[in-house]
Amino acid sequence: MIWVVAVFLLLGVFFGITGNIGVLRFPDVFTRLHAAAKCSTTSVFSILLACMLLKGWDPMSWRILVIALFFLITSPVSAHIIGRSAWMRGLMPWGRKQRKW
Amino acid sequence: MDVAILLDTGIYCLLGVTVLSLVRVVIGPEPEDRMIGLNLTASQVLAILVLSALRLDRAIFLDVALVYAILGFVGMLAIARSVGSREGSP
Repeated sequence: MIWVVAVFLLLGVFFGITGNIGVLRFPDVFTRLHAAAKCSTTSVFSILLACMLLKGWDPMSWRILVIALFFLITSPVSAHIIGRSAWMRGLMPWGRKQRKW
Repeated sequence: MDVAILLDTGIYCLLGVTVLSLVRVVIGPEPEDRMIGLNLTASQVLAILVLSALRLDRAIFLDVALVYAILGFVGMLAIARSVGSREGSP
């Protein structure tokens, strides 16, 4: 069981590093938002899954389940709010056509 | 393999990654870039709080993590409303 916990924990750390590289390297608001939302959801959810597997049947495990459900609902909603705010302000997405302008 | 070494590895790796995600908050050209960095930082601090609760075996850190997640979401709503209404759009 400890190896399963280690695999999920290292998967969470790997996805966190990948999301941060994407946020630092991508050229636009929307592409950065794509990297940040997807990788942060996957990273945090696999780390919380590793913590739940580590504790087993315990009161702490059910609290971690509540946190995971809340995060799974609110993270895409907040990413959508950021993208909608950027779109409403008139920022154009990055593309090939924009290089000619 | 020890459990404490595993949890410490996760906590320190996530601390280093969180410092990297704060760079986007500092250098972001648009306000939405700073919001993306803040959102990423909040999610990784949430993961660090849950790992610290298991490392120190204190259940009170999980309540702190849940309240931190709720306040981060409400704060992101408030910042988005503030940034969007500044330009005159509905």
